[in-house]
Amino acid sequence: MITVNGRNVDWESGLTVAGLIKKMNYIFPQIFVTINGDLIKKDDYDTTPVSDGDAVEIIHMIAGG
Amino acid sequence: MPTAKELQAMKSKHNVLATFSYDKPKVDKGYANQTLYVNIESNEIKSKPVTQDMKDKFIGGRGFDLWLLWHAVNDDTRWDSPENEICIATGPIGGTTQYPGTGKSLVTTISPTTEQVIDSNVGGYFGPLLKFSGWDALEIQGKATEEIIIVIDGEESTVTIETAPEEPVDTHILSEILTDMYAEDEDDRRNVSVVSAGRGAEHALIGCLNFSLWDVRRGGIRVKQAGRGGIGSVFRNKKLKALVVRQPGVSGDSNNPADLNVIQKTGVKMHREICTEDHRQERMRTTGTPHLIEVMNAYDLLPVHNFQYGKHDDTPKITSDVWFKLFTQGIPDGCWYGCSMACAKTVENFELRTGPYKGEIVRVDGPEYETAAGVGSNCGIFDPAAILELNFYCDTYGVDTISWGTTVAFLMECYERGIINKEHTGGLELKFGNREASLELLHQVARGEGFGLIAGQGIRRIKKIFADKFGADINFLNDIGMENKGLEYSQYVSKESLAQQGGYALTNKGPQHDEAWLIFMDMVNNQIPTFEDKAEALHYFPLWRTWFGLNGLCKLPWNDVTPADNPETDEPNKVPEHVDNYVKLFNGVTGMNITREEIILQSKRVYDFQRVFNIRLGKGLRKFDAQPYRAAGPVTKEEYESRAERYDGQLKELVGFDPEGKSTEEKLAALRVYKEDQYEKLMDSVYKRRGWTENAVPKIETLKEIGIDYPEIVEVVKRHL
Repeated sequence: MITVNGRNVDWESGLTVAGLIKKMNYIFPQIFVTINGDLIKKDDYDTTPVSDGDAVEIIHMIAGG
Repeated sequence: MPTAKELQAMKSKHNVLATFSYDKPKVDKGYANQTLYVNIESNEIKSKPVTQDMKDKFIGGRGFDLWLLWHAVNDDTRWDSPENEICIATGPIGGTTQYPGTGKSLVTTISPTTEQVIDSNVGGYFGPLLKFSGWDALEIQGKATEEIIIVIDGEESTVTIETAPEEPVDTHILSEILTDMYAEDEDDRRNVSVVSAGRGAEHALIGCLNFSLWDVRRGGIRVKQAGRGGIGSVFRNKKLKALVVRQPGVSGDSNNPADLNVIQKTGVKMHREICTEDHRQERMRTTGTPHLIEVMNAYDLLPVHNFQYGKHDDTPKITSDVWFKLFTQGIPDGCWYGCSMACAKTVENFELRTGPYKGEIVRVDGPEYETAAGVGSNCGIFDPAAILELNFYCDTYGVDTISWGTTVAFLMECYERGIINKEHTGGLELKFGNREASLELLHQVARGEGFGLIAGQGIRRIKKIFADKFGADINFLNDIGMENKGLEYSQYVSKESLAQQGGYALTNKGPQHDEAWLIFMDMVNNQIPTFEDKAEALHYFPLWRTWFGLNGLCKLPWNDVTPADNPETDEPNKVPEHVDNYVKLFNGVTGMNITREEIILQSKRVYDFQRVFNIRLGKGLRKFDAQPYRAAGPVTKEEYESRAERYDGQLKELVGFDPEGKSTEEKLAALRVYKEDQYEKLMDSVYKRRGWTENAVPKIETLKEIGIDYPEIVEVVKRHL
């Protein structure tokens, strides 16, 4: 189990940041990601693993209007 | 388009009712330091000074509009009272050409649908050209007895009121005619801007105003809309056919700013950011705001079938890739000079299939996201051609696309649920997805006939008609009719974001997203979980966004593109670097030395003043902040069951109610009690944070603290303490 924005989400082996974003269907382009407080660069989303127990924040910037 | 000879013949029928000559001041540090008063009943035209107190307390734009309107009306003034005014102003930064999104006009009046103050923010050239003609604001009072136009010629330094008996009313023709009529030659057309409505605004209460700009590259007129709250209906009720302003010679220093260098530097930095980041972020330069269609659909936020649902299988038919192909590309699409965000998209060479202009090839300004979602998905219409046709006709008829979309969606649900039938609609089969019916209904509005006369009244009045005349259940209509304060909701589903419910309904003018859009912060990011967190957001963001309207600015360059390093800042959602840009712009233009914090104070004064204004007009109290239940949760069985897992989970986790074995009706009722209680608690928290009483009245100590404890303001407040 991991948390995404403070909410429990099932973890699976081999999960990456890019995979997690896809799993959550977070298609909004203006997001940034931290894992346990560390900012992950966009270029590293494909290769950065998400480990069991991680606290992930996928922050969407305000949009709309 | 009429020939030159026909134009001349048309103009020869004008009768000049009043002429006013003035000494044109040089704009100084963003201000012309005078406002223009035009009474179209008495034909009085005069100049009013802008005082230092006005500038200190109300800044400009919406602030100036509200101050002028406050002094023009009385407690009993209604939308169609002669003393009601239409006020238009940009602001001190308005007309800057070095930074994106700096050419907005703010328009206020007492609204026919909300019966309180409405404000609307619109592009096009009118506001800046008005200022550079020598006027920080324009107030129009009275009601004319024949069709008139007001012409402000900044080069000649004259203002005239003229009859205009022969010009057609619809915007796409009228704005082009008047541009040609008042431009000295072809090159001069860029120096003319026209404000107009359309024949729809004559018969509906949801009329909008169109503000034109001459698009040099396309060689034609473009229009942007002051859409919300029926300002176009007030305009036509006054027998105003159009406003024309002409001001040649706009340049980079027309505002005569205190520090041009800092404005240029700030602008260059921002333009670079847009060039490097936009294609990686929201693609505003190529797809405009419709890029949000697929985003909202993915997050279950796109209104579908009158806000019942947040997504639909047919959404891919109207997503941004579709609009990208339809929009002309490679042309800078700003609605004011120097806007590199360039999101004002158009579809060229569109052939109309219905209505009085059937068969004509036209330019469609848009659609914006709000239009595509409003007249499209919310009505179950996933056909780009139908959306474009509705967009075009709403604009040229002077009908607000947001209110139209939300109203038709409501009517369609009423039809599908048997609340109304063909006998009521005059034979129109108003089912979701029926584009022909939606278009025909719009044409009926323009013709002032049939069911269109009811549809154009806006949801609040329609609910009463259905209940009084058709025997409908008013409670159910109140649940599904998406209006608050009489204004129709804009196009986001707020059910899963309590903060956004407040962002919509705990507003001054009603549920328009330009006060606060908090859905991602709340629902997705989970950044504001407590009532206090939400209240803080509903304090800060409405005030921050109010500031754009004080200065003649567009909100979009603030956060629809962000610096690459924005995630590393302490408050990414506020986009601190852009906040600093705006501080520099304000100080650079005005020569003042404000801070980030003073931006919020400037807005607070105007925001609370507007709340008191509404209270003065008999509105503005807590009960007027109530929301339709559909904004908070599922009203019907179908809505609940479509997302049963979500709602069952909420009952278990949030309400402490075991849904196992319960009927949908029982679950609906339990969830409703919880959600309504949450909203009441949100109101308490927000009012407290804003320094208001539990009845939503700004406290006298709050007014003192922010420096607007004028006797007449305090007197209004005292009646409710």
